[in-house]
Amino acid sequence: MGEESISFEKAMERLDKIVTELEHGDVPLEQAIELFQEGMKLSKLCGEKLEQVEQKIEVLIESEGEWKKKDFQPPVE
Amino acid sequence: MTGMEKNKRILTVKDLTRYIKQMLEADDLLQNVWVQGEISNFTHHSSGHMYFTLKDNSSRVKCIMFSSYNQRLAFMPKEGTKVLACGNVSVYERDGQYQFYVTKMQPDGIGSLYLAYEQLKKKLEQEGLFDTARKRDIPRFPKAVGVVTSPTGAAVRDIMTTLQRRFPSVPVLLYPVSVQGKHAAPSIVKAIEQMNVLQEVDVMIVGRGGGSLEELWAFNEEIVARSIYASDIPIISAVGHETDFTIADFVADLRAATPTAAAELAVPHQDELKQQLQQLHRRVQLGLQQQVRRKKDHLHSLMRSPYFLYPRQQLLQSAESLDRMKDRLVHQMKQQTGKQKEKLLRMEHKLTTNSPHEQLRDAKKKVETANHQLKQAMHAILRNHQQRFLGMTKQLDALSPLKVMQRGYSLVYTEQQTLLKSVKHAQPGDIVKIRLSDGSLDCQVWSIKENEGGSSWEKNQ
Repeated sequence: MGEESISFEKAMERLDKIVTELEHGDVPLEQAIELFQEGMKLSKLCGEKLEQVEQKIEVLIESEGEWKKKDFQPPVE
Repeated sequence: MTGMEKNKRILTVKDLTRYIKQMLEADDLLQNVWVQGEISNFTHHSSGHMYFTLKDNSSRVKCIMFSSYNQRLAFMPKEGTKVLACGNVSVYERDGQYQFYVTKMQPDGIGSLYLAYEQLKKKLEQEGLFDTARKRDIPRFPKAVGVVTSPTGAAVRDIMTTLQRRFPSVPVLLYPVSVQGKHAAPSIVKAIEQMNVLQEVDVMIVGRGGGSLEELWAFNEEIVARSIYASDIPIISAVGHETDFTIADFVADLRAATPTAAAELAVPHQDELKQQLQQLHRRVQLGLQQQVRRKKDHLHSLMRSPYFLYPRQQLLQSAESLDRMKDRLVHQMKQQTGKQKEKLLRMEHKLTTNSPHEQLRDAKKKVETANHQLKQAMHAILRNHQQRFLGMTKQLDALSPLKVMQRGYSLVYTEQQTLLKSVKHAQPGDIVKIRLSDGSLDCQVWSIKENEGGSSWEKNQ
């Protein structure tokens, strides 16, 4: 599975599963190391996804029968 | 009675009234009906019940609204108020008068909207649009959130700031719509459809800020309800009205009381997620350590096995047990041969004590006795036979013709050696042989004299 394309939700789910397996399962050592490496990767990936602080807010504008996206600034009171 | 048809019955007034009452109460329409009219003759009785008449230009109907129902009235009915009343029709038996038993009442005007709302709600509910079973799950971590609302106003601001605060990494796509007025409903429908075409978001917030029933009306429209129902993308309704539900709220997959609440339901809180992630991260590390420790422990426990610790001892033990087994084998062999020897001796003894000498002697004796007895028996038989033989010889001797001949009788034979018994068988000149006791004479017949009247030995002489 390509880590770049995996969704945050899937990544968290997988990470949770890895943790459970490492904590409770009797995993062969080689597999345990693999699981660990995968877990660290997923953890990093999720962390990065969470750190992407800049939020992309776009608004759909219809012009000449086509829908276009433009950046949107929420109204400020 | 005679002359009347049998199926005709005479009813009492009470029976008739009761029958009419039953007829009315059996009618579905009359049991849940909305009636539009103007209030007159209004009385709020000390018991709490309300008595009044609903009328229009051409007709009137007596009404009663019991206190248990009128307590919930949002307005105070007055003379001349135009209302929409919901209830059932029945008969007040004492007066024989039909009455309208009101359970709900709205002032007319806004009331007509309310009626439309109630009717649509009932219809869609019956169609199954509100079924909880068909509601889609809201994704825990949406890839992108769609917002269908007015681009101006508090609602959009509340939604955006809440999304920003909780989960700034999630992209938001706003579809600006008008949320009140004639064009509101079609524009909301179009937005929901377009979001489903674009497939960019995996959850949608559809809503507006609070307002009056008329202002919120677009969210009670059937086309909006149906487009929410038809959406593949899960929808959180966010009509800013804490107490009353719009139709859209009933159809949506999740209902939020306010736009802010909708945004909170749409995305998780980033800080909580970070915490959760940190925890998972730590647990992965600990998990591996735990695995390694477990393996190490296992390895240690294996290494502590006596086979690894004292391998020589294991061999010695084997040698020892081999020796022990050898000893046991020899011991067993000895015991076995000893037993066999003993058995043999016992048998030999038995054999000698049971030797056949005696039997042999006995048998010999028996044989001798038998021999002796046999001989004696034989002798006895022999003697017996001898005696019989002697007796018989004597008898025979006594019967012998020679004895007769000794007394002087003789026998005459022809030449053919046949005994001559009659003179008739001889001819003169025949040679005959006469046998005597001590010899024989050869003679010739000279003459023949035959006895008369039979044979007479003397005459023949």
